[in-house]
Amino acid sequence: MSGVEGYMYPNEVTLYWSVLIVLYPYITGLVAGAFILASLERVFRVDAVKPTYRLALLTALAFLLDAPLPLQLHLGHPERSYEMYFTPHATSAMAMFGYVYLWYLMAVLVFEIWLDYRRDIVLMSQQRKGLMRVVYKMMTLGSNNISERSLHIDEKVGWIVTLIGIPSAFLLHGYVGFIFGSLKSNPWWSSPLMPVVFIFSAMASGIAAVMLIYMAVTKLRKEKIDMRCVDAVAMYMFYIFILDFSLEMLDLVHRIYEADESFRSLDFMVHTKLYFSQIVLQILIGTLIPLILLFLTQVATIGERARKRIYVVCSSLILISVLAMRWNVVIGGQLFSKSFLGYTTYKMALVTREGLLVAIGLTILPLFFLWVLLKLLPPWPKKELQESAAGD
Amino acid sequence: MNISRRQFLILLPAAAVAWEYVEAGTPEASPNYQMSDHWWGMLIDITKCIGCGNCVRACQKENDVPDGFFRTWVERYDRMDYHLESPVVISPDGGKEGFPSVVEGAEGDYFFVPKMCNHCSDSPCTQVCPVGATFISPDGVVLVDQTYCLGCAYCVQACPYGCRYIHPEKKVADKCTLCYHRITKGLTTACCEACPTGARQLADLKNPNDPIHAFLKTHTVQVLKPQMATGAKAFYNGLDGSVR
Repeated sequence: MSGVEGYMYPNEVTLYWSVLIVLYPYITGLVAGAFILASLERVFRVDAVKPTYRLALLTALAFLLDAPLPLQLHLGHPERSYEMYFTPHATSAMAMFGYVYLWYLMAVLVFEIWLDYRRDIVLMSQQRKGLMRVVYKMMTLGSNNISERSLHIDEKVGWIVTLIGIPSAFLLHGYVGFIFGSLKSNPWWSSPLMPVVFIFSAMASGIAAVMLIYMAVTKLRKEKIDMRCVDAVAMYMFYIFILDFSLEMLDLVHRIYEADESFRSLDFMVHTKLYFSQIVLQILIGTLIPLILLFLTQVATIGERARKRIYVVCSSLILISVLAMRWNVVIGGQLFSKSFLGYTTYKMALVTREGLLVAIGLTILPLFFLWVLLKLLPPWPKKELQESAAGD
Repeated sequence: MNISRRQFLILLPAAAVAWEYVEAGTPEASPNYQMSDHWWGMLIDITKCIGCGNCVRACQKENDVPDGFFRTWVERYDRMDYHLESPVVISPDGGKEGFPSVVEGAEGDYFFVPKMCNHCSDSPCTQVCPVGATFISPDGVVLVDQTYCLGCAYCVQACPYGCRYIHPEKKVADKCTLCYHRITKGLTTACCEACPTGARQLADLKNPNDPIHAFLKTHTVQVLKPQMATGAKAFYNGLDGSVR
């Protein structure tokens, strides 16, 4: 049989979780990571990262709006997906998706963004003309009070929402890891470390995404990049990525040392079918290079221009590394037989519903969402808004 | 019996409804079948299997199984000496058309292992289904409500035995139903019926008179991958340690 080496159970030859299922944990990870970065400023009072606060929230929302699309496209019967909300199966980790997603979208992210932007929204609903005025009027939800006392309440509630948001972000992404980690049928996935690894890699990738977006948007706006901010973001990215890498290595070392019945099969896979995506892309290029470069920025005095370049390179590599990690988990977990006697091949289609083009589209789509959000809710208040606020 | 044309026209739709129930094979359609009286499993005697593929063909015909997918299949193991961890296994087209003959004088221990859904009582596939479309019936059969299944394939990933697939046309999970439409009418499964050597025996574990009980008392039987603790109800006699 083409693409099969050794013996696969006959029903295993086809892979059912495609590149879209690779994207799903990747995108939710970016959401969780971006939100954690936002919470640094809000809850932990890390002032240095303030310029990225609103951008991180909007990035999280843009990616969160995209997150269910790969799942929806993957389902054999997407028209039945509402059943997960109405008749969830209590023992299924996947059944919780709808609830965790809705909770995170509505109770955390949208609410926090609304609270944070409420003053701006009210001011824009007064200043804008035509259709946009109606849009902003609707977005005020009838709450036009922007007195100091009212804004103070917003601030307090926002802080509480962010506080709730941190465990929610962990829940959103930890649960994605649990979907894989809780399957005893698959030794490549079955690990209590899986949710933890997912969370840390999510944080690293989300922070990297916000860093890149911040630098790109600032450049496009012809503004000066706040070096204090990107230095702080890079520092957090570095430490979190070290933790992520350590956990992944712990998992690897544990597997190698324990060498259970699946080991020979998994070891073969890492040396062959996953060699490029795991050893080369994820570990060597995507992890070790950024770790070394980021380490240098922490211990050596490097010029501003060079630091910026390092941050761009490192953020990009971390994003690639985490995408490769998701690929290795999702696709890697289906390449070997549960008999441990054979291997199959994943043949990614180009233009099918679960093909490469759709995957690329779904990766770019959040950037379009973000562009709309940035137009609607500019993270950097315009001068006239500031002036109006000053006159309040 | 004299039936007027008026009576005949009244009876005709009633007969059609009755026939539909007979065809449907649901417990409601088998009024004498009590789900709570049964707990179904399967006995597979490896020492009797000759690898003819009759069971695979019968299953595919009975259940309209799409080409390239299998509700049951047969594997041929070739275990060399003490190398339990590295048997050579083949199952060309699920063993549907039998197996290539073994070269005369070839070394190794050759034997056939029929595989199918183990109808586990703690089945991981039903645990993970996000909407409960797959479930264990009160008589112990793992079934899929295909009008309800989302086609997410989580159950396919969760089955340690590779018994599930996504039906290429229906786009829903598909698997062995233990010929539920037959066993609820007092028949045996298509695979058991087609087996020329009696290597497969449908077993009602709740029926004290079922011959399985005598067999289990007098033989050493095993389930596949016991470490998975799935409560598998496909019991194998003569299962070699190399079988996965």
